[in-house]
Amino acid sequence: MKDISIEFPGVKALSNVNFTLNNASIQALVGANGAGKSTLMKIMAGAYNHYTGTILLNGEEVNIRSPRDAKKLGIEIVYQEVDTALVPYLSVAENIMLNVLVNKMGHKVMVHWPAIHKAARQILKRLNIELDTNEIVENLKLSQKQMVLIARAIAEDCSFLILDEPTAPLSNTETEELFRLVRDLHDNHNVGVVFISHRLPEIFEICEEITILKDGKVVTHQPIEGLSVNRVIEYMLGQKLSETFPKRAVEISGPLLQVHKLTEKEGAVRDIEMVVHAGEIVGISGLVGAGKTELCKTLFGALPIGSGDIKLKNKKLKINTPYAAVTQGLALVPEERRKEGVLIGEPVYSNLSAANLSRFSTPFGFIKSIAERINAKKMIKDLGIKTPSENQKVAYLSGGNQQKVAFGKWLIADAEVFIFDEPTKGVDVGAKHDIFELIGNLAAAGKGVIYASCEFAEILGITDRAYVMYDGMIAKELDTKSTTEEQLLFYSTGGK
Amino acid sequence: MQASTPTKAIPFTTHLINFITKWGSVLTIFVLIIFFTISMPNSFLTTSNLTTILRSISIVTVIAIGVTVSLTINGFDLSVGSMATFADTLVISMFVWHMLPTVPAILVTIAVALIVGLVNAFLVVKIKIPDLLVTLSMLFILEGVAMTYAGGGSISQGMPRLDGTPTFGTLPSSFRLIGQAPYIIIIMLVVVAAVHIFLNYTKYGRYLYVVGGNMEAARLSGIPIDRYRTLAYLISASLAALGGILLASRIGSAQINAGAGYLMPAVAAAFIGFSVAGAGRPNAIGTFAGAVLVGVLENGLVMMSIPYYSMNIVKGAVLAIALAFTYVRKK
Repeated sequence: MKDISIEFPGVKALSNVNFTLNNASIQALVGANGAGKSTLMKIMAGAYNHYTGTILLNGEEVNIRSPRDAKKLGIEIVYQEVDTALVPYLSVAENIMLNVLVNKMGHKVMVHWPAIHKAARQILKRLNIELDTNEIVENLKLSQKQMVLIARAIAEDCSFLILDEPTAPLSNTETEELFRLVRDLHDNHNVGVVFISHRLPEIFEICEEITILKDGKVVTHQPIEGLSVNRVIEYMLGQKLSETFPKRAVEISGPLLQVHKLTEKEGAVRDIEMVVHAGEIVGISGLVGAGKTELCKTLFGALPIGSGDIKLKNKKLKINTPYAAVTQGLALVPEERRKEGVLIGEPVYSNLSAANLSRFSTPFGFIKSIAERINAKKMIKDLGIKTPSENQKVAYLSGGNQQKVAFGKWLIADAEVFIFDEPTKGVDVGAKHDIFELIGNLAAAGKGVIYASCEFAEILGITDRAYVMYDGMIAKELDTKSTTEEQLLFYSTGGK
Repeated sequence: MQASTPTKAIPFTTHLINFITKWGSVLTIFVLIIFFTISMPNSFLTTSNLTTILRSISIVTVIAIGVTVSLTINGFDLSVGSMATFADTLVISMFVWHMLPTVPAILVTIAVALIVGLVNAFLVVKIKIPDLLVTLSMLFILEGVAMTYAGGGSISQGMPRLDGTPTFGTLPSSFRLIGQAPYIIIIMLVVVAAVHIFLNYTKYGRYLYVVGGNMEAARLSGIPIDRYRTLAYLISASLAALGGILLASRIGSAQINAGAGYLMPAVAAAFIGFSVAGAGRPNAIGTFAGAVLVGVLENGLVMMSIPYYSMNIVKGAVLAIALAFTYVRKK
């Protein structure tokens, strides 16, 4: 791939990227969040058609503008969200042979099931995968679903396979199994593999070459031999533009929230030990998929707690639903703003009162409409929400303003501990600044703040102390003042 | 930010489409009234006939308001028709078999309806069966329960039970009265007004809409969503039962599947109500307008002596047109 550039509204995601892949190697593609890894691979797989640059295959220029073009050239991609590519209530055989069933039927009308199953079994055998082709895909484990997708990819002539963060949801043994498969593809089937991962130790285990991206540009492309984890991290970070953070000095007092041996029911987060003091901003750092969101949701009762306990002001909390969490003084601004944070079909004023409507109701539950609107107007002014009026539907506000509405909702609710999950995602710089200031004000008012983010610069800029998560557990606790981005990335990628 | 710049010149057609989507159903009512008035200048637009229309839509409206409440939480109660049948059977049996006075008979019936609503809510909220399927099952169950309870036939004053036991109960005149003209209309209007106030001016109503709008966001806002979903099914079941009680008072007996015919007009009224005045969501006033539309149409057709077996063709077609107003602009 030569001189690949692509722009999205407002961002230049890739600029003049050159990327070479041999069909005899396993290549790692790494970079910090937003470096452009997935975008580059999506271009190669034909998911975008508005890029510039050329793609050459065996020295010849090819035109990849749709997934169909890519498939014809033998380029297959397995996205991280396997469920989006599988039909859950069909059998393994049908899922593996899906492309054949869809595209290669020609004028045939009847499906020849024995042949389909036989072909599927042969593919599985070639890959040394033990799976019953009659099994319904819904019943499979995540790792098995991935294997079905890989099997589908090689059901047709596949010469290049892209795996986008395949190990993020897998356990250790499942990861081992995947690696065996990838090595087998490479050794015996002459398939070139691109392996995107945030887990650096894995990359050193399985890859031969590495390409490192940073801010949409290639930093280096070299054999992995002779590199160290630390060196890769240096490449990934480079010189980062420093942002300004309005961090206020706040006196930190006694412990407010204490978490002991907290484990989510399905093990999404395990053995969490953490403390949040009054007036303190505590960061939850870690890469995408490390379990930050899951931790936030478990604390808030949105995911079921398996074991462990949470204490607020030395009083043990019983949190089984978000409702219980709210009544006991917790607040969560979730990551998926449009899906979970705001009610996009509702006007601003009813969003702002949604978490504490009782404050605006009479004893019989009648809404004090005037009080509600006065409060909404005040919030809009205090938070600087840009909206024509409090009656505007939230759907029509910009991302940053929607986020401010999601904040405002909780400011009214008067919580003790505020949990923010990636609050600056998709928010412009100006609104970001406002959001940091708001969070600083909360701390200054003696509240406890938990700030989860995969942006290391933010963690370093705004928090007092940070926990680094890796694979659903807290890998390290760091004092922010004496921490660098290198250290955060080191622990986030599984360093010990 | 599309909506923040409404000052730009909007083409006239857009205005027209907006107007029609907002007021189309109301417009249809007027068009129908004008049409019937011209066709039958002496009989349609008379006080007595308008009273007849309002009386005849009372039961549908009350049931439809229940459906509306179930729609606010993004649910759907299909069991309302059978619930009305069952309530009809129950309340008549309370009088004829058990010789209860009016108030206790009605209270027992409503209590049973609340139990049915709880079962619906349990299956939807806890077992997580899709609401359409739960209430469809309940539709059949209640139909069977009502018939089994009645012994496979109808119940009316003076009629012996199926095993031959003679019955001595009579329908109290106070009960007869609630199905008569001003009272049944007043009950309907009170229900519409009460639910309108409940949905728009209380926090419970607000929560119902919020839960229906985005259940996950509602949950993460700390709203006890299960409680509000349950509440919606309780309300829809009890209003369906009220519809059945009114029906019992009107016809004075319990008939097999007497309430079944109310399901479709009630659902239609509730869906037509979505668009009225641009509400864009289930609402009581809109549902009332929807019921009026259905009632005017039915009344006019009867008066024009359209044969009853052909009436459903016209009814269905006009409903489709009215519903088109609701959905044409939804992407």
